[in-house]
Amino acid sequence: MFGVLFEQAADGQRYIEWLLSGLGWTLALAFLGWWIAFAVGLVVGIGRTVQNRIIAALARLYVEIFRNIPVLVQMFLWYFVLPDILPTALGNAIKQIPPPWGSFFPALVCLGLYTAARIAEQVRAGIEALPKGQTEAAQALGLTGYQTYRFIIVPQALRLIVPSLTSEVMGIYKNTSVALTIGLMELTAQARQISEATFQTFTAFGAATLIYLALALLAYQMMVAIDKAVRIPGTTPAKDAIEPGPEDVQPVDSLPEGMEVAK
Amino acid sequence: MNSLDFSIVFQSWPYLWSGLLFSLALTAAASVIGMILGTCFALTQHFEVPVIGRIVRAYIALIRSIPLILVLFWFFFLVPIVLGHLSGNGRPIPIGATWTAFITFGLFEAAYYSEIIRVGLRAVNRGQFEACQALALSTFDTYRCVILPQVLRVASPIILSQTIILFQDTSLVYVLSLTDLLGAASKLAQLNSRLVEMYLVVALVYLAISSAASQCVASLRKRYAIAGSRR
Repeated sequence: MFGVLFEQAADGQRYIEWLLSGLGWTLALAFLGWWIAFAVGLVVGIGRTVQNRIIAALARLYVEIFRNIPVLVQMFLWYFVLPDILPTALGNAIKQIPPPWGSFFPALVCLGLYTAARIAEQVRAGIEALPKGQTEAAQALGLTGYQTYRFIIVPQALRLIVPSLTSEVMGIYKNTSVALTIGLMELTAQARQISEATFQTFTAFGAATLIYLALALLAYQMMVAIDKAVRIPGTTPAKDAIEPGPEDVQPVDSLPEGMEVAK
Repeated sequence: MNSLDFSIVFQSWPYLWSGLLFSLALTAAASVIGMILGTCFALTQHFEVPVIGRIVRAYIALIRSIPLILVLFWFFFLVPIVLGHLSGNGRPIPIGATWTAFITFGLFEAAYYSEIIRVGLRAVNRGQFEACQALALSTFDTYRCVILPQVLRVASPIILSQTIILFQDTSLVYVLSLTDLLGAASKLAQLNSRLVEMYLVVALVYLAISSAASQCVASLRKRYAIAGSRR
């Protein structure tokens, strides 16, 4: 059934190479986007919990904006709108980035910042799930506010939220497919291109589906392993994320053997 | 930086409005289909129906691990073929992108709603089932009158949050060239080369609707929590 993938395409490559190059873009986008999302999400999530009203309000604003605009619209904002509202010289410089990088960077920023808003909420939930005694004990020991977060609060919160981050990992690699709308030839786009070139739609989409399934399984197993390694003994995961997936109504141990993933 | 001119948005408002109505109709239809099917899916899991339960489990795992855009492509390709087989003459029946979108979103969302309800079913206290037995309720009455209402009440904030996500996801019908809110805007934008204004307005509309809905969900969650439940 997958024989056609090994035939030569019009550009001299084999179709399987199209798929693999698409996979490469998908992975690059998901991996780099994840670290942007994690870094920004951590900062914003901490910002949601600090005493300073202005910082907390700004962090909240960030989350509201990035969570309530569809990721596809955000993609268009970064790709079409941003170069036009920047000063002309800078905008033109952005427009002149050669493809595929001209699509890759907007997609990367878009996915990173979109996912960051979701991670921020998980971080906040993790921090709020910690008993007050932790902060009080840190203050009693004479730690400054920064030290309290750096050494006491954040390390514990991060260990608590690993299970809920699983769905964000799943989310970002699936959302990479939205980048096809701004012309990035990632996995789904390549599958569609193969289907159009060969009329073997079943094979083309089937292959892409299998690859996505394998990625989901891999990501899921990786997160389970990380959770096992860093789980604070005797704790259950944080419960009050703003968009609780089904998984936080149940103890994490009982995740079904399949995949507990979000969109 | 070119000067912005939003007059185009006001001139073309009826077209954008019809796009928005399509987005809302798609959201409403998909959430109704998704809830009904999702509840059935969840019950097959809950009763551990042989074979069917397994198939449903696999379907849900599959749908939840691949991107919605790929699902849309799949259904766009598969639905006419399946319909052709069902109608008996074996030839694919083209049904158009609109129907494809409705069918796809309904079936896709069913997988997500089903997980929410399945988990909700597990959260119901054992004593509720035992009390129903003691009252000699039939299995059907037990679920219809006692169990499912509680599940829906406990899960309603999550179900509503999922529906807001669904509303945002309907923008992906753009890849089927349909005229939803974003599709309408992008067609107008290309016609008038007013991309910046169009996309900014669309972003604001989505932002306003989604955040208003999220606020409602948050206040609902406070008001309708079952007294004494842990959430």
